[in-house]
Amino acid sequence: MKLPYHWLSEYTDVHESPKNYAARMTMTGSKVEGWECPADEIQHVVVGRVLSVKPHPHADKLVICQVDVGEKTLQICTGAPNIRENVLVPVALDGAILPGGHAIATTTMRGELSQGMMCSFAELGLTQGDVPYGDPDGLLFLPEGNPGDDICPMFGLDDVIFDFEITPNRPDCLSVIGLARESAASFGKELRLHTPAVRQTSGDIHELLSVEIQAPDLCPRYSAAMVKNIKIEPSPQWMRERLRNAGVRPINNIVDITNYVMLEYGQPMHAFDYSCIEQNKIIVRRSVPGEVLTTLDGQKRTPAPDTLLIADPVKGVGIAGVMGGENSEITENTRMVVFESATFSGPSVRVASRRIGMRTEASGRFEKGLDCENTMPALMRACELVEMLGAGDVIGGVIDAYPVPKKTRLLPFEPDKMRALVGADIPEEDMKNSLLSLGFGLENGMVSVPSWRDDAEGMADLAEEVARMYGYDKIEPTLLTGAATIGGRNDWQKFEQLVRSACISTGFLETVTLSFLGPKVFDRLLLPENSPLRIAVPIQNPLGEDQSLMRTTPLHSMLEVAARNYNFRTPAMKGFELTTTYTPAIKNGTADLNVLPAENRILTLMSYGSGDFYDLKGAAEAILDAVSVYGLEVLPCHDNPSYHPGRCGQMFVKDQPVGVIGQIHPLCAKNYGIGCDVYMAEIDMHKLFALRDAEKMYHPLPKYPAVSRDLAVIVRESVTVLELEKTISAAAGEHLESVALFDIYRGSQVPAGQKSAAFSLSFRCFDRTLTDSEVDDAMSRALAALEKEYGAVLRA
Amino acid sequence: MKLRLKQILESALSDIRNASSKEALESARVRYLGKKGELTSILRGMGSLSAEERPAMGQIANEVRAAIEKALEEAAAAIERHAFDARMERETIDVTVPGKKPAPGKKHPLNIVLDELCDIFTGMGFSIAEGPEVELDYYNFEALNIPKNHPARDTQDTFYINDNIVLRTQTSPMQIRTMEKQKPPIRIIAPGRVFRSDAVDANHSPVFHQIEGLVVDKGVTMGDLKGTLEIFAKKLYGEDTRVRFRPHHFPFTEPSAEMDMMCFKCQGEGCRLCKGEGWIEILGCGMVHPRVLKTCGIDPDVYSGFAFGIGLERIVMRRYKIDDMRLLFENDARFLSQF
Repeated sequence: MKLPYHWLSEYTDVHESPKNYAARMTMTGSKVEGWECPADEIQHVVVGRVLSVKPHPHADKLVICQVDVGEKTLQICTGAPNIRENVLVPVALDGAILPGGHAIATTTMRGELSQGMMCSFAELGLTQGDVPYGDPDGLLFLPEGNPGDDICPMFGLDDVIFDFEITPNRPDCLSVIGLARESAASFGKELRLHTPAVRQTSGDIHELLSVEIQAPDLCPRYSAAMVKNIKIEPSPQWMRERLRNAGVRPINNIVDITNYVMLEYGQPMHAFDYSCIEQNKIIVRRSVPGEVLTTLDGQKRTPAPDTLLIADPVKGVGIAGVMGGENSEITENTRMVVFESATFSGPSVRVASRRIGMRTEASGRFEKGLDCENTMPALMRACELVEMLGAGDVIGGVIDAYPVPKKTRLLPFEPDKMRALVGADIPEEDMKNSLLSLGFGLENGMVSVPSWRDDAEGMADLAEEVARMYGYDKIEPTLLTGAATIGGRNDWQKFEQLVRSACISTGFLETVTLSFLGPKVFDRLLLPENSPLRIAVPIQNPLGEDQSLMRTTPLHSMLEVAARNYNFRTPAMKGFELTTTYTPAIKNGTADLNVLPAENRILTLMSYGSGDFYDLKGAAEAILDAVSVYGLEVLPCHDNPSYHPGRCGQMFVKDQPVGVIGQIHPLCAKNYGIGCDVYMAEIDMHKLFALRDAEKMYHPLPKYPAVSRDLAVIVRESVTVLELEKTISAAAGEHLESVALFDIYRGSQVPAGQKSAAFSLSFRCFDRTLTDSEVDDAMSRALAALEKEYGAVLRA
Repeated sequence: MKLRLKQILESALSDIRNASSKEALESARVRYLGKKGELTSILRGMGSLSAEERPAMGQIANEVRAAIEKALEEAAAAIERHAFDARMERETIDVTVPGKKPAPGKKHPLNIVLDELCDIFTGMGFSIAEGPEVELDYYNFEALNIPKNHPARDTQDTFYINDNIVLRTQTSPMQIRTMEKQKPPIRIIAPGRVFRSDAVDANHSPVFHQIEGLVVDKGVTMGDLKGTLEIFAKKLYGEDTRVRFRPHHFPFTEPSAEMDMMCFKCQGEGCRLCKGEGWIEILGCGMVHPRVLKTCGIDPDVYSGFAFGIGLERIVMRRYKIDDMRLLFENDARFLSQF
């Protein structure tokens, strides 16, 4: 909301510097986002009288003028076609600044001195609406003024315009009067309200028009007045100035009056041509299904069901609270005008304006809920202005359909409760003064809420009024007392932190990716048509198709990270994220959107450009180890569509599946434009959390030496190392401390289709030194078991 | 004989002096002290001496031997020292050659700062609450005093799943979920991901993060709200930080406020960074609306509370002077590895 300082001063005497005014208003709750002084943009521009116009000796299109600028006469050359003697024009003197930072200096034009510049309205930053009499292609002729006078006050450019951020609970502050009330209360000044009045009327509106409200729930009040003998012309300069400074384009007297009243009173007004109304009757009703409406702008529109319409008995003529302003412009031919000043239900206007995709100054105000008591003063103000501007003759009487007059809300005045909530010892007198200055009433221990303050519903609201006028800055900061709380992170939150640290210490960069993906992603991930991962929660109003679904897998987000870095020529990267995925309940093969989706937490690991599968597997092992999840086993998995069929494994901890690890399918990597191997792991955090060894225990250090033996066997390729290890562990007996693969060999001494696997076994007994024969026995058992289970042969 | 011993000593010392290697030294030792060495053979000849001469001569011979042995020892040590010095010389490296850095992992800047915020509040007795990102309209709006078609919904461009389910636009639904489950005293923060249908640019992202705070107990005042958040600001930004509370409006708090921090660049004078205001908005807060308490089954005549919501991204961007929010979500390794 833009508030011109001059307009404010009509209602209250606040004589503060812009900085002090803005600071205090901000601290009492009307935040000033900034202010501007148009005059700062225009310096050293004065009124000049053109004394003489002579041809330029060296240029056909230029003339040389002598211009009286008060204290002296200047010679100025111009090429303006409308130049003539004895006119008043704006003159930019030597050293002048024009809007846009344009500087003017004395110069010579084709050999003749030119001590400044005479200006058009555009050069002063004005528009045709500001100066309807101005020639757009020539100099601006001023209707009045004395040579040497500063130009800025003549067009109201010496004003200061404040820009307020008005919160949605305070539509009353979207008006000069509303902000004047806040200003007066904030600075302890008087608020001067004016009661509009019309001196002369003729005829009776009731003979010309009637109004019927058929939907009083959506239209609590509809007031109307009429004006005849309309003379459409530009409104006077003072009104144009104020409108322009408040950010509204001046159009013509009638439209300007409606805008002026809306800005001043906060009540949107609608002026429409009486000749548009058939049968002299306005009906305010809900739309009927299938109804097509030709609105005053000539457009055919299909309103949403139950949209509130302004209609006559034959047709709808407008969508209540939405159509107005420039869409119902009064034309040159308008002779008789109806001023509508009504209130409509906020939600109803909001739905209607959304539905037809049209938000106007008026609809933005109605949506917030306007004061029913404001329609009549605003209407009277409009009529007063019509008379003042000589824009027409006001017809006697008003129509005021107000089926259920609004009751004044009464709240108990509870100073102690307010002090307790605020935590400041605000004197009762101060409370009363604050409330009274804001328009609240006080009687018999009750506070009456002004009609424009529907937001004040209880003690807490009154406490805010009192506290903001008292000053939030005067409330003493205190420390929380009362019952102690222990606080801190719970086990799950600590576990997440631990996983993060483990990933970081293993050399992974943490990423944060968006939660969306698009339907095309599933093909890029090579997911089959029946993959459950394709069933995702869809967003009704996504930013784009590629962000239209909630992700069901972390793969896409992380592959995009890999692709981005690969494309930026980062040769290698290791990344991790604790990724949230969203898995909907599935009903009849589609997402069941009646319930919230399950939100899973996935530890996603990614590596490209350095290392291989075993590096990533080793990293995963190290991370799990660091967070006390022991016993990871990875079993081959050939059918995960996004992974390389021969380089993918299912991860198990204590026989429970916890995730998948492998090389991304080269075709999938290619779909992301990645030209190298990418390794990923997706590990279910909740499962890790459940499977962790929550309590760490110390194992005594061994007192007796270990015995190491190596065992190399030749087996078929299809036998996995894990199978061999498990067999050895099971057969070698209780003293086997560890078994670790140290070599796999395929080559000349090994038959085709077979491999040699060499293990290092370590034996130890806790309470004595093992004998050679004990270890020999264990080794024999291990070998025998390998022979039996897998036909393994000891490698000589 | 005495003369001979003296000659042997001189000759031996000279040989030892000239020996430049372990091997040369060893051959000198063998030559003089070995089984067939010169001194040894002299000593063998001691038998031919008279009983009177023998002790004196024996003493001299022993002194000679001791002198040679000492000289050998010292020469050996010197040779070893030289050899060691030579090795040190050989092994000298250029220490100005850059070190071999292991590529370290890094925490994302959002989580660095989030952890810090959580530490500040857990230190004040707050617990951490978590809840769904895909949320019921009821929790995100209605229970927070924002009914359907309320104009306050316009300030938050919402992603809808359907009429009843949204992507949460704020972490405030955690206020409701917490109060439904837990009776006062309540002190929680709820950090998390939130969503608004803002197109991506330097200052907007459809996904960002907030930290919600909620305190409910008997006798909680706005003074407590100010005190708690001032401590938070000082811990985050330093003891000299100055904040102000300015009236504002949120549907679920009354009275409501925004907390601003004095611009650290211009100290309140007004500059480009703070858009001439002298203050930078940090968070929104207020006293929990009585209707919200009532909705959650908490009697507003007995209990009161305050709530606040902090935007994480802006704090992070200010901390690291990041001028484009997109960097936080693009995950460029060159960016991530800077933290």
